[in-house]
Amino acid sequence: MKGQLTVKNLTRHYRLRQRGNLFARTKTLKAVDGLTFDVAPGEMLGIVGESGSGKSTTARLLLGHISATSGEVVFGGEKVGAVPDLAWRRMRRRMQMIYQDPLGALDPRITIGEQIGEPLIVHFPDITRDARRAKVRAVMGNVGLSSHHGDRFPHELSGGQRQRVIIARALVMEPELLVCDEPVSALDVSVQAQVLNVFQDVRARNGFTGVFISHDLKVVRQIADRVAVMYLGRIVEIGRPDEVFHQPLHPYSRALVSAVPRKGRSARERIILAGDPPNPVNVPPGCPFHTRCPQVKPVCRIERPELMSEGGRAVACHLVNNPSTARVAVADGEAA
Amino acid sequence: MAIEQDGLSTDGSVFTEKSGLRAFLQTWPPMVILAIVWLGLMVFIAIFAPLLTPYDFMAVDVLARLKPPVFFGGTFNHVLGTDQLGRDVLSRAIASIRVSITIALCATLISTIVGVTLGFIAAYFRGWVDQVVLTIVDAQLAMPFMIIAIAVLAFLGNSLPIFVMLLGLYGWEQVTRIARGLAISANTQGYAAAAREIGASPGRIYLRHILPNISATIVIAMTLNIPGVILLESSLSFLGIGLQPPQTSLGNMVGYGRDYIQSAPWIMLMPSAVIVVTTLSVSIMGDWLRDRIDPTVK
Repeated sequence: MKGQLTVKNLTRHYRLRQRGNLFARTKTLKAVDGLTFDVAPGEMLGIVGESGSGKSTTARLLLGHISATSGEVVFGGEKVGAVPDLAWRRMRRRMQMIYQDPLGALDPRITIGEQIGEPLIVHFPDITRDARRAKVRAVMGNVGLSSHHGDRFPHELSGGQRQRVIIARALVMEPELLVCDEPVSALDVSVQAQVLNVFQDVRARNGFTGVFISHDLKVVRQIADRVAVMYLGRIVEIGRPDEVFHQPLHPYSRALVSAVPRKGRSARERIILAGDPPNPVNVPPGCPFHTRCPQVKPVCRIERPELMSEGGRAVACHLVNNPSTARVAVADGEAA
Repeated sequence: MAIEQDGLSTDGSVFTEKSGLRAFLQTWPPMVILAIVWLGLMVFIAIFAPLLTPYDFMAVDVLARLKPPVFFGGTFNHVLGTDQLGRDVLSRAIASIRVSITIALCATLISTIVGVTLGFIAAYFRGWVDQVVLTIVDAQLAMPFMIIAIAVLAFLGNSLPIFVMLLGLYGWEQVTRIARGLAISANTQGYAAAAREIGASPGRIYLRHILPNISATIVIAMTLNIPGVILLESSLSFLGIGLQPPQTSLGNMVGYGRDYIQSAPWIMLMPSAVIVVTTLSVSIMGDWLRDRIDPTVK
């Protein structure tokens, strides 16, 4: 049974203390700040955004690897906690993660075959050795590893092969929820395509619910059913990939999409954002994007736009959601 | 200006083939080979001691007292001479090696198990458990082990099991510290986090993933502990509170042979030489093992 993933008002704050000052006030870094979204059973949600926008924190929160400051994650009717007790460990049978750094996530002293089979040993201790081996071989075949790779150690494989080992280890349990944190960003383009094909094959066969995090819009467009754009720990736009990527509504999404190089488009059409994203410790009041927004209106500096959905598409922007207020605000601004 | 190219081989390869003997000696230095051969001999003697002794090590022959070794005026009846009661020194040395090696290995095994267990417990629970373990470690470090050993032996009397367990407490605090530190740093590595996120139990994470990854350092700590135990056992036996006669050990032989150091020096020189060479061999091998096992040294 596949489950639905429901995220309600999820936040994760980190407290920071300034170095070298004993009496300094602690500051709060809002890595993830109030995420609310659903992923339907069998759906693949893509999350895009620039570095530091809270994508990886979101991934770890969804699986309960780190605890949320507030809000909750519910998968298949069960609340996902972050205390690694027995129930939490049982839940790992249903949800797995694919890591960005494959070499770091593999034990250097254990052969590939055993590492792929390890979730089976952990969750199904009754399974016989031969059955486990057969299963591991089958999964390795699915991700394009030959069976002789099973006796190798992680450092003897190439980067793409290691990433496929990580994918095989996550898939061997046939998880219902798979969270992929930049699974292909470390791979070269040809291997990326292979790995993405593996994903789509397995999805067609097992149909897991997925969250796919990437900064590569082309990859997300290929694999996701729905895509969310994150900026400074918040979702600014969510919708079907063809809509979001062909007619982005939020100014940030527009800038992001225009940054993808495309043939036959002059460089002048590119929207170049000024400056870096603001420090997440001091998120500006109002719309967090107003410091870089090319279409900023006075109201954006005061009031934070809410994510308003309309027919499966949601945008957090005053310009889109209530253009009249924005215009009125402009009029006020001119009058003042 | 011509570039000197004498160093390059004729086929243009930048790698030069080493001769077989040089390559062999580079991986297996002669000192290491000697040390390993000696330790192998010691283990062999420890296992087959009853078959190797020409005489019973406790057999007294008063007519053949204080006979010198074979090239110092003795006969082949007693190759290494006899002691003050006419007991064959070679037989006693073989029996002593068996006892001392067994004690050293058992004690080191015990201290390693105790140390790794406590270290992992401290690393897993952290917080106050960690503090308690570290406090016990510090208390142990603050007290000379010799004094503890003398006190324990004075109160509990002496038997082989008590003696082995007592020596098994020698050096546990160092293993605890090493295991705790390594486990804490291994825990932050990706593979430990990944194992946890697969759903593996803490026992599995520590024994299946962390222990193999830190085993190199633990093995080296063990090899450093063995000479310490041999010397401690010898010192205690030398003081007369270790193994009691008619049991024998290397330190015991040195202790009782010191009365005859002027008239019959072979009684104590033989076991002393074994102690020195064995501890030296273990240290050499430990050094070499560290270089071999640790991939960062290569």
